[in-house]
Amino acid sequence: MKEYQTITEVSGPLVFAEVDEPIGYDEIVEIETPQGDTLRGQVLESSDGLVSIQVFEGTGGIDRNASVRFLGETMKMPVTEDLLGRVLDGSGNPIDGGPDIVPEERQDIVGAAINPYSREYPEEFIQTGVSAIDGMNTLVRGQKLPIFSGSGLPHNDLALQIARQATVPEEEEDGEEGSEFAVIFGAMGITAEEANEFMDDFERTGALERSVVFMNLADDPAVERTVTPRMALTTAEYLAFEKGYHVLVILTDMTNYCEALREIGAAREEVPGRRGYPGYMYTDLAQLYERAGRIEGREGSVTQIPILTMPGDDDTHPIPDLTGYITEGQIMMDRDLNSQGVEPPINVSPSLSRLMDDGIGEGLTRADHADVKDQLFAAYAEGKDLRDLVNIVGREALSERDNKYLDFADRFEEEFVEQGYDTNRSIDETLEIGWDLLSMLPKEELNRIGEDLIEEHYREDDGETVEAAAD
Amino acid sequence: MSQAEDIESVDEDGVIESVSGPVVTATDLDARMNDVVYVGDEGLMGEVIEIEGNLTTIQVYEETSGVGPGEPVQNTGEPLSVDLGPGMLDSIYDGVQRPLDVLESKMGSAFLDRGVDAPGIDLEKSWEFTPEVSEGETVEPGDVVGTVPETVTIEHKVMVPPDYEGGEVVSIEAGSFTVEETVVELSSGEEISMHQEWPVREARPAGDKMTPTDPLVTGQRIQDGLFPLAKGGTAAIPGPFGSGKTVTQQQLAKWSDADIVVYIGCGERGNEMTEVIEDFPELPDPQTGNPLMARTCLIANTSNMPVAARESCIYTGITIAEYYRDMGYDVALMADSTSRWAEAMREISSRLEEMPGEEGYPAYLAASLSEFYERAGLFQLFNGDVGSISVVGAVSPPGGDFSEPVTQNTLRIVKTFWALDADLAEKRHFPSINWNESYSLYSQQLDPWYRENVAEDYPEIRQWAVDVLDEEAELQEIVQLVGKDALPEDQQLTLEVSRYIREAWLQQDAFNDTDTYCEPEKTYRMLQAIKTFNDEAFNALDAGVPVEEIADVDAAPRLNRIGVAEEWNEFIDDIEDSLESQIRELY
Repeated sequence: MKEYQTITEVSGPLVFAEVDEPIGYDEIVEIETPQGDTLRGQVLESSDGLVSIQVFEGTGGIDRNASVRFLGETMKMPVTEDLLGRVLDGSGNPIDGGPDIVPEERQDIVGAAINPYSREYPEEFIQTGVSAIDGMNTLVRGQKLPIFSGSGLPHNDLALQIARQATVPEEEEDGEEGSEFAVIFGAMGITAEEANEFMDDFERTGALERSVVFMNLADDPAVERTVTPRMALTTAEYLAFEKGYHVLVILTDMTNYCEALREIGAAREEVPGRRGYPGYMYTDLAQLYERAGRIEGREGSVTQIPILTMPGDDDTHPIPDLTGYITEGQIMMDRDLNSQGVEPPINVSPSLSRLMDDGIGEGLTRADHADVKDQLFAAYAEGKDLRDLVNIVGREALSERDNKYLDFADRFEEEFVEQGYDTNRSIDETLEIGWDLLSMLPKEELNRIGEDLIEEHYREDDGETVEAAAD
Repeated sequence: MSQAEDIESVDEDGVIESVSGPVVTATDLDARMNDVVYVGDEGLMGEVIEIEGNLTTIQVYEETSGVGPGEPVQNTGEPLSVDLGPGMLDSIYDGVQRPLDVLESKMGSAFLDRGVDAPGIDLEKSWEFTPEVSEGETVEPGDVVGTVPETVTIEHKVMVPPDYEGGEVVSIEAGSFTVEETVVELSSGEEISMHQEWPVREARPAGDKMTPTDPLVTGQRIQDGLFPLAKGGTAAIPGPFGSGKTVTQQQLAKWSDADIVVYIGCGERGNEMTEVIEDFPELPDPQTGNPLMARTCLIANTSNMPVAARESCIYTGITIAEYYRDMGYDVALMADSTSRWAEAMREISSRLEEMPGEEGYPAYLAASLSEFYERAGLFQLFNGDVGSISVVGAVSPPGGDFSEPVTQNTLRIVKTFWALDADLAEKRHFPSINWNESYSLYSQQLDPWYRENVAEDYPEIRQWAVDVLDEEAELQEIVQLVGKDALPEDQQLTLEVSRYIREAWLQQDAFNDTDTYCEPEKTYRMLQAIKTFNDEAFNALDAGVPVEEIADVDAAPRLNRIGVAEEWNEFIDDIEDSLESQIRELY
């Protein structure tokens, strides 16, 4: 392996070096500084005689005398089942003081796209125990469902609750133990305090032994963040498609990842896209998010819950916007609900699960699920619309019907969405609460629900007592 | 795609000079613009996009990790082309027409590997050829010489390729042939097989464009009822994420009354394409009852597949559509989403360091979009037949802002605009097409068809619905300020009527087996039923009945159930009767 001492330029996270042999695009590079530190990087552009290298650990300490070695291969992740229970840094090196990792395989971290023809359509209901998700925006195995949050909102609590409670009820009933459940946690630029919160919870609940943790903290090099999720997802794919695990991947915080992309783009003097983010950010994000799903004939699955904090709570910002176009829905956290003390503060209206319709219904959850969901959405939307009006004209000026919708919206937030981070509700409980609430409304208003289902579930008595109380 | 080994005159190999993502430059390559080349030791497929002196720039359709300077580049000497012939229906292709099922078995993996090529149609398979002309007859380009049963639904027509001279048929024979075997010989010495190739960036020639007069019946009430699309027309569906673009596109692919559907998943989700692959073979075609796949060709370039192939998949799709149009079929092409296509152009353009136009898009964005949409239309074909291509393009504007370049440039071309609305989607009002913003410029020219085939007063009742919805939009502004009860009674009643138009008629449940498809007659009669309510209610109001009592009649909420009613004719008769009697009882 040839060593070069030919660095011509160092700029931000980039190093340019002259070479006299062809170097492959995306190849891994080691740079040894005169102080004896070894830094790792990746070839971003390779032309005859000159390569540009993106250095993961930051370019501090590199001068023109540093030596550059090209390893002749692209970035690989050593994978093995023994990774479960381990804590690694953002580049995949153990930081938990445990033994070295003896890999079974070394896999390219730039995963190949799954052939759409080989995919299996996800339709297995995952019960998270959170009503706002299970009832209204159901998660299924192999889905990518991000949490759109804002700074200061309890998205981490929600992510942890999902990681703790997620089960597939059908399999539990059958007593199937066939496929095990694993959690991969990829942290990008989160604070040490947040990291501790996650680690404490993992240790407290014993979840750590079925988890692999990748930690790139806020003070770790920003450029390293571009490889952390790829490491995490490569591990996830290995565990899912070769070892048959059902893997839940939590990536937090995607906003930091995108900031790192922007930093590299700026250093390369690329033509910027919206708000300075690179024009290829959609493609880049898709290469992460699309690494979720099921493959026909394989046991396991990769389900992704990326978390992102929307700058200024703005869902049209490029990061949530591009994410929303790739992922299969989103769970929206809401600042107003949070200040009302609703736990978890999920605003169900702008939330969405695109794979829901095929994952619910008879045999999967319950026959009335789809109709109940539609009706709850419609009634809640109507109630919320009326709130604006109430502020102007007051409750007395509204009709009896409108007042019922207002009460419905309030109770929906207080009883359906609100449940606390430690309550684990079954889908039956969730839907029964739904019927309790819908029974506040007169039967004729339930135009989204089949007449036979209304017969079966509508609480005649409740309806009347509420009506009486309203009179 | 023609195989590397098939090339007759292999030009001199070039050498890679630099690699940056999907953009590779090579020196000493003797190639023309848009020629297909094989790049590197692995032979990755690429296309020449710029020539500057001795330096040639290539966009590569596959991942370029590990490819380095010094590796060879081989020219095929041919532009990016598609293989046309029987076997394209019931297939799923990537952006450069490689069949994904063949790739899976060739690669032996569920993941897409590199450097594997496969022809767009099965070259080994034999098809039963039936001649349509006999020896001694003279044929010209575009003429049908024979037919092949391609799927249960579609008869594939073998035509004289458009770039042939034509002449007298010297020999023609019925029987079983592969696509590459000659089935017809002409006096000009030309031989016709079932296989044609055509460069994707060039429109296939056809005769004059005509003014479309037939609607593409979609089975969707808001589309058929308010904003129809013509067979041979163009439509755009812009909307922010989560507003239901893909479901709307899939509904069109499932239920529209086109003969052939070409569905392009351009830069969209892998699972969505899988859903189509799994669902379509199961679903019946509303016209024939055969599996939907028998009339469908899918092109899937998911968002994580190489970006250059995303740029080409739109062209691959429209070329296939044109080929079936030439057979005299009505083709519907769905492109989901054209924004991803535009972004792919932007990405390549920025790697070429071209001067950017608006929001970083290349300056030729508008030209590329209009060139694409202009390939749609109702055509008088050379062989005397008539064929059409209707194009429906989804647009994904960033942040749902319709003022961005892709939406704006698209709106300048298309004549039907179905604006998706995030607020409606949040209320789970689907399809979330905003009735105040959307429009169709085809309404007028399609009216005669509706009068003749659905109902004589169809245009009038549609106008009535539009007027009520417009009035509601105005009234809602007042309601937001003072509340509904402060309005005069007649206006309250209008709101009640428009609520039924919205909830019972415009709203349609794509996931309900009955409601998912609504024939034009049902669309018409549902609206008719709401109008009956309207007329009876206003008569009652004039007679002094309070609006609450009218709104409270038992029959009214049943309007909401028509959509899911199977025996809708009887159901509507019954509702109209009870509405009449119940409201008249009030005075």
